[in-house]
Amino acid sequence: MTEHHHHGAGEHGHHSELSEIEARVLALESLLTEKGLITSQAVDDLVYRYEHDIGPLTGARVVAKAWIDPDFRRRLLEDGTAAIAQLGIQSSDLKLAVVQDQPGLHNVIVCTLCSCYPWFLIGLPPTWYKSAPYRARVVIEPREVLGEFGLEIPETTAIRVWDSSADLRYLVLPERPAGSEGWSEEELAAIVTRDCMIGTALPKVPEAVS
Amino acid sequence: MTAAIDSEVIAESTIPRKNGELVFNAPWEGRAFGMAVALRQAEPYSWTEFREYLAREIAAAGPADDGTHYYELWVAAFEHLLSDRGLVAPEETQRRTHEYLDGIREEVF
Repeated sequence: MTEHHHHGAGEHGHHSELSEIEARVLALESLLTEKGLITSQAVDDLVYRYEHDIGPLTGARVVAKAWIDPDFRRRLLEDGTAAIAQLGIQSSDLKLAVVQDQPGLHNVIVCTLCSCYPWFLIGLPPTWYKSAPYRARVVIEPREVLGEFGLEIPETTAIRVWDSSADLRYLVLPERPAGSEGWSEEELAAIVTRDCMIGTALPKVPEAVS
Repeated sequence: MTAAIDSEVIAESTIPRKNGELVFNAPWEGRAFGMAVALRQAEPYSWTEFREYLAREIAAAGPADDGTHYYELWVAAFEHLLSDRGLVAPEETQRRTHEYLDGIREEVF
C-alpha cells in the first residue's frame, strides 16, 4: 500500500480517526489474512491492476478493431466471449454479448438489480451507473435519461435497453462516426470513450481547427 | 527548477482517470473490492452468488441510493457471505472493528 491514512490513536490509545467503514474493512482484511484466506499482497495486486491496467482502453481497442476488420466484427457479434478471448482478453467466467448500433437503432446498457458491467473491457463502473435513478429510469424513459447525458436521440431512432446479468455482460458497439475514414486502429480507439460503450454517448470526431 | 515543475505536471497528467473518474474514491473501497476478488482463490464462489448478496443490499438501500454508498453495500454483502459460509462470524468482525475504532489496534490504509 502506498496510501497513508493518518489516524492518531493518541497517547492514551483511545479513539482513532478511522470512520466506521474504514475500521470494518481493516477488521475484515486482518481476520481474513489471519485465517489464511487472503494475503494483503494479493489484494494490493488486484487493486493496482484495476486502477492502472484495466480501463476503457481495452474495450475501445475492441470497438476500433470491429470498425476496421469486418471478419472480426462478425465474430464479435456472433460470440463476443470467443472473439475477445482470441485477442487475449480474459472475461473470467462471464459471457459477453456485443450489441450493435445501426441507423435507426441505438443501444444502451444497464444493470437494473445491481451493477453488473463489462469490467473486463471497460474497467469498473462509474458511480452514476450504480445509482438507483439510472438503474430504474433508463428502462422506463431511456430517451429522457440519454438527453440528460447530453445525447439527443431522434424520435425516429429506436432505443434498445439491455439489462446485464450476473454472467452475461453487454457492450455497445457504436457506429463509426463520419469523418474518421482512413484512421488507424489506434486513432479510432482514442475517440471511443467508456460512455460510448455503455451507450450514453457517441464517438465524436474532433472538429478540425481551420 | 523549471524542469522539476514540468515533470510534476507531466506525472500529474498521466494519472489514469478512466474518462475523468477515479476507480476508487478512497483506499478502503479498493481494499473491499480486492478482498472479495482475492478470496475466490481460497474459497471459490461464483459472482452469481455474490451478486445475490449485493443485490439484496442494494434493494434494501432503496430508491434514494445515489451510487455513492456502493462500496458500503459491497462490504455489507461481503460480510454476509463470509458469515453464511462460516468463514468469519459477525461477532468476530464487530469485535475487531471496535478494536480499530477504539485505537486498541492500529493500522494505516
